[in-house]
Amino acid sequence: MPPVSSPILSISGLSKQYKSGHTALGGVDLEIERGEIFALLGPNGAGKTTLISIVCGTVNKSGGTIAMDGEDIAHNFRLARQRIGLVPQEIAVDIFTTVWNTVSFSRGLFGKAPDPAYIEQLLRDLSLWEKRDAKMIELSGGMKRRVMIAKALSHEPDLLFLDEPTAGVDVNLRRDMWALVRKLREKGVTIILTTHYIEEAEEMADRVGVIDGGKVLLVEEKAALMRKLGKRRLTLTLAEPLAQVPAALSDWSLSLEEEGHKLVYSFDAEEDDTGMPALLRRLDDLHIAFKDLDTSRSSLEDIFVELVEKSA
Amino acid sequence: MSGINIHGIWAIYSSEMARTRRTVLQSIATPVITTALYFIVFGGAIGSRMQHVGGVGYGAFIVPGLIMLSLLTQSISNASVGIYFPKFTGTMFEILSAPLNAIEAVIAYVGAAATKSVIIGLIILATSTFFTDVRILHPVWMVGFLLMTSIAFSLFGFIIGIWAKSFEQLSIIPSLIVTPLTFLGGAFYSIDMLPPAWRTVSLFNPVVYLVSGFRWSFYGLGDVGVAASLGFTAGFMALCLAILWWIFQTGWRLKP
Repeated sequence: MPPVSSPILSISGLSKQYKSGHTALGGVDLEIERGEIFALLGPNGAGKTTLISIVCGTVNKSGGTIAMDGEDIAHNFRLARQRIGLVPQEIAVDIFTTVWNTVSFSRGLFGKAPDPAYIEQLLRDLSLWEKRDAKMIELSGGMKRRVMIAKALSHEPDLLFLDEPTAGVDVNLRRDMWALVRKLREKGVTIILTTHYIEEAEEMADRVGVIDGGKVLLVEEKAALMRKLGKRRLTLTLAEPLAQVPAALSDWSLSLEEEGHKLVYSFDAEEDDTGMPALLRRLDDLHIAFKDLDTSRSSLEDIFVELVEKSA
Repeated sequence: MSGINIHGIWAIYSSEMARTRRTVLQSIATPVITTALYFIVFGGAIGSRMQHVGGVGYGAFIVPGLIMLSLLTQSISNASVGIYFPKFTGTMFEILSAPLNAIEAVIAYVGAAATKSVIIGLIILATSTFFTDVRILHPVWMVGFLLMTSIAFSLFGFIIGIWAKSFEQLSIIPSLIVTPLTFLGGAFYSIDMLPPAWRTVSLFNPVVYLVSGFRWSFYGLGDVGVAASLGFTAGFMALCLAILWWIFQTGWRLKP
């Protein structure tokens, strides 16, 4: 077992150019820490799925290397593949087979001896036990997706890829899935999820990577990213609208919204001195009254949009 | 995991065999009924008016050809559907992402397809004994040809399954090439019965060598030498293996 601090997955200079000439990945460097939940964020067509597919072996790379625990996965592909589980974006199953059989099939395919007790527990965890003898064709979309997760976990991987796990999924399944992901992390499974739902990354991830146009734009601890790039806003609903921001308030970064009914102060979330109390005192001095006060913190979504726009 | 992914091979092999069991009527009953019809029409109705071929009754004469006809078509269709289906449903991602190398995948898919063909061949052989007297002079050779042909054409079918991009392409080679070649390959006649010019043309038909060798193992008579038959079957198998090796090296039609 390598030291805990070393990355479980190291990707360097990974590139992919499809035969059509489209460059899906243009030299990606990425390190995934052992035991973390890593969210790979990016708009559609950013290269998320291509990146995952190359690591999992379903797409050939054009260049670069991928190492698992420091060893190039091309050298011992079996060992790497056996440790990796993949839940693809699309539901793809043999619709004529049963839940039990398809999950058992996956376990065998990945080189593990049958373990009915483990499969039973897995199906129970995913609320699939009652459906174990049902054919895939009889299941709802949500149930099929649960089966896809069960298949990916059937061989007890320690690195799990979830490609857009909650796209088109109802609230129940999404909640179950998040609970399952946390449970897996507690067991020491490293999880990489791609998503374009920011809330998912915000809810789940330890670290966030933003990818667009086949390049990783940034990798950061989620909390640090929110601190660094996150802005806070103080919105005051004024008793009387203002035509313009009074010159006496030029020390603060203020703007007017909704035809002067709202005064908005935006400031860096990480600064100790927010300038907020001073602003309120000054407003009092100027006899500018307000009816309501609201503060908000920018979400990962705002940060993301800003980043992607900046790179475009 | 040691050198070979035994569990992986078994998972694919047994799920392919399970698919056969699910479609037992189509997989097993159809060839048996078709063969029985051939016996009734060719062996019974027409064969009774035919002279013996090389000392063998016509009904018995066509048995090896009929088995070969089913072996070729069944091997190709089993193996091609076996690998085309995951491509069609998208479950191929799982096979490609598994710790399974090309040899193991081929053993599993081709092994299952060939197993099914051999079973069908033996069922047809058993069925034929209800209609005619069948002798087998060289049982070991008979089994050898049965196995080699099933494997070689399952390999061929596997290639077709990887190549095909639609169900139409999947059936085009079996129906447009293999079936005509089989009918013209001496399944129902000895090529000695043909005019000399056509006999020469027939020698370019690969199926002639398969049927001839197989028939030799039954009755000790063939249109071409048994060595030629054996050489052809082995050569065809080697060609298919070489193509598959290239396919898996490049990921042609498997991986973008």
